[in-house]
Amino acid sequence: MTAALLLIAVLMLGSAAAAMLRRNLIHSALLLVASWTGVAAFYLWAGAEFVAFAQILVYAGAVSMVVLFAVLLTRQSREADLPIEPATVTRTASAFAVAASLAAVIGSAVATARFPAASAEAPAASVKQIGLELMAEHGAALLIVGIVLTVALIGATVIASNDKKRDPEDAP
Amino acid sequence: MTPLHLCLLISTALFCIGLFGALARSNTILVLLGIELMLNAANINFIAFWRYGPNPAAANGMIFVLFSIAVAAAEAAVGLALIIAVYRHQKNIRLQEATVLKG
Amino acid sequence: MTLPVQLLWLIPALPLLVAGIGALTRHRGVALAAIFAMAGSFVLSCLALAGALQDPAVHATYNFAWFDLGHGTLRLGFLLDPLTALMTTMVTFVGTLIFIFSLGYMKKDENFSRFFCFLCLFAAAMLGLLVANSLLLLFICWELVGLASYLLIGFWFHKPSAAAAAKKAFITTRIGDLGFLLGLLWLADSTGSLLFFDNGHGVLEAATLASLSGQTLACGLALSTAIGLLIFCGAIGKSGQFPLHVWLPDAMEGPTPVSALIHAATMVAAGVFLIARVYPLMSADALLTAVPVHALTVVAFIGAITALLGALIACAQNDIKRVLAFSTVSQLGYMMLALGVGAWSAAIFHLLTHAFFKALLFLGAGSVIHAAHHEQDIRRLGGLRTKMKFTFASFAIGMMALSGVPFLFSGFWSKEAILHAAHEWNVSHLPLYAGLCAVVLTAFYMTRLVAETFFGQPRSHGADHAHENTAAMTAPLVILAACAVLLGFLGTPYWPWLQKTLDPHYEATQGGLGLMLLSIGLVGAGLGLGWWLYGRKLRATAADRDPLATAAPFVMAALANRLGFDELYAATVGRLNTATAALAAFLDRYVIGGLVTFLAQLGIFSGSVNRQMDEANLNGGFDAVSESVRETGLFYSRKQTGETHGYLRVVAVAFVLLFLVLALGGVR
Repeated sequence: MTAALLLIAVLMLGSAAAAMLRRNLIHSALLLVASWTGVAAFYLWAGAEFVAFAQILVYAGAVSMVVLFAVLLTRQSREADLPIEPATVTRTASAFAVAASLAAVIGSAVATARFPAASAEAPAASVKQIGLELMAEHGAALLIVGIVLTVALIGATVIASNDKKRDPEDAP
Repeated sequence: MTPLHLCLLISTALFCIGLFGALARSNTILVLLGIELMLNAANINFIAFWRYGPNPAAANGMIFVLFSIAVAAAEAAVGLALIIAVYRHQKNIRLQEATVLKG
Repeated sequence: MTLPVQLLWLIPALPLLVAGIGALTRHRGVALAAIFAMAGSFVLSCLALAGALQDPAVHATYNFAWFDLGHGTLRLGFLLDPLTALMTTMVTFVGTLIFIFSLGYMKKDENFSRFFCFLCLFAAAMLGLLVANSLLLLFICWELVGLASYLLIGFWFHKPSAAAAAKKAFITTRIGDLGFLLGLLWLADSTGSLLFFDNGHGVLEAATLASLSGQTLACGLALSTAIGLLIFCGAIGKSGQFPLHVWLPDAMEGPTPVSALIHAATMVAAGVFLIARVYPLMSADALLTAVPVHALTVVAFIGAITALLGALIACAQNDIKRVLAFSTVSQLGYMMLALGVGAWSAAIFHLLTHAFFKALLFLGAGSVIHAAHHEQDIRRLGGLRTKMKFTFASFAIGMMALSGVPFLFSGFWSKEAILHAAHEWNVSHLPLYAGLCAVVLTAFYMTRLVAETFFGQPRSHGADHAHENTAAMTAPLVILAACAVLLGFLGTPYWPWLQKTLDPHYEATQGGLGLMLLSIGLVGAGLGLGWWLYGRKLRATAADRDPLATAAPFVMAALANRLGFDELYAATVGRLNTATAALAAFLDRYVIGGLVTFLAQLGIFSGSVNRQMDEANLNGGFDAVSESVRETGLFYSRKQTGETHGYLRVVAVAFVLLFLVLALGGVR
């Protein structure tokens, strides 16, 4: 079990780190898809199959497509060939310092924490149970999330739409 | 070292990788993706505590993750639309150049 | 079929409706609508008359609350009795005929529809005045009548003389109305009601009258006398009585149908109607012996003076309409005389007959003027007898009715009734003598008028080319002429139906044959004198001297100048007014104006002092505070760099620091 977890972690963290370090955006996006798939694998490992499928559908399926489109739409020629600016070096260094110190404090906190012993067996959570809980207990939240998604969709369309036809000067 | 500790350490690592990406990269798309990674790290925590928590029978952890994924999807859509709008405005998507709102 | 008193308001409402329509449109159809409205009102009036005649002694009333005022309720009402019904019938009938006449007379006027709008407004106000059961409602309509009269006299307002005449009429009648208003307020104050008849609580009913005549004022007059005299002031103004008669002749500047309707038949009769209506109030003091004067005595003497004065001045006027105007003044004096001597039913009788024959005379004059291309000077007319046969015949009938030619004509009977009443008055016989003099003069000046206008040679281009008018103008003349003859038989001494209807307590006078013979003789003398002076040797040219002027030049000049009343008023009232205005202007401009200027300067001075204080002392402190606030804002705004990475980094570092602080602080 632990071996499987470690394998999944290596895949997930490795592809994520590579994605953050690559200079080619397409590569980064594809590596991130791999990382998200690793997260989905972790969910499967933990016994949350439904969440794993949702993760695959949303991240590996939908968000990655949007990201790829955004990358293609905003691609600038030969960005990878540009020389690295001094400002980028200092920013990278400070970012690494901040991230490392955060990792250190949280890691130490986690390592020294004591949790109550848990049952060794994986809890059984059927899709039916999740569906019932979603519809009954969290019905209102589900509706609100639906509205949020709809509004976000319309908002994204409006923001990204090409509004050159309308001059903002003489908009009412 | 229980599996719960291991899971939490993995999520910490993923969170810090995401933070590093968000802080280091100048491409706004990558900044956004770093933030997505941090969100995923939080989701891993939820699942871990559900799996090894005191009351695994309740599906609350999973429900929480589902909502989180939904909101993250919305955030990604709006964020990427904003990136396209910014690109149309300043012809690149370098985050350090989008400083119109400075005081 | 009769008209119930609850629906009496329909009579004035019909013309009012047309007036409202006429105010909105300039369509010529307004004239037809006006005629139909008046005819409708006439039919309604006849129905009302039929109802009133079933029981003449009853005063049918319909009172309603207008609005609540403090502790009390202001109530208005309608009243139906023979007096109201006869007056409305007369007004609507004469009005309808005059409206029809106006169709022809005003045909070419550019403001044709407006003229009918004003006429309808006038008719509505006049009818409202007649049906009122409240002195307040009567007063409102009274003033509306004055307004309509102002508008109609000044209808040709582009003529300066017409505009001036309208103003004069309005202001002169206002002087009388001031007295009326004071009397009205006094009456309301002392009785708490202005309704005429209100189930025993009205001001014309016995209980109120007894209390009014029972109170004595400081000057010795009874309260009812004082109020009555004040109300009589309104009648003096409206009915052109001495000394406020000066406006009536000038009012002839208006179109001739207006003169006929307003200044002969109806409006000027409103004063007589008013006194007849409040006759119980006027006569409430009749039985008191200790008072210095009775209200009706004043009325009688004013009437007598007016009758004589009007007739005298009429002898020397040369404008055909002015002769008739002064004749109207004189006849109104007769009516007042009759009221004063207690024969109010005779006064109304004369009012009705006069309305018909004077409207006839005015319309005849209008017909002459219209035919003679607006020539009004009788010296320049003449010879119209053959050219305008209908007009001449009807005018002659009117002239004989006015002069009081015996037996056949209505004016004779009504005048006889007045003279008999004056004869029986036991206070003084002076009014009778004045009335008898006026009989001679009336016959004289009417003979002069007819002789100058219709006989002899045409003395101007207009008169030469005159020809008879259309049927719209002659038909009313014929109808009015018939009425001028027939109406007299309603009130002969042998069958005094009218008097008995109006006044159930009327008693036919006995004897008096000698007086009748005397007055017949006087009429004959007047006619003969007129014919001797003017008919025997007809005027040949317009420039010929008047025979009377040859005989007595000073008298004639004074009379032609209307005995100088206008000049007298201009020299006294007018000059006083001017002086008061100048004084007021001086006070306003220098005293009050100076004070205002001083205050303004004071304000400016204190303002400048204030400004100095502000700039020197206060502003420094405020400036320093504002500047420091601005600096702080600038400092923090520079912290906002717009660098997203920076913000995120700060958040992360802060989180690490917070974590460290918590961990080192021992929080688990």
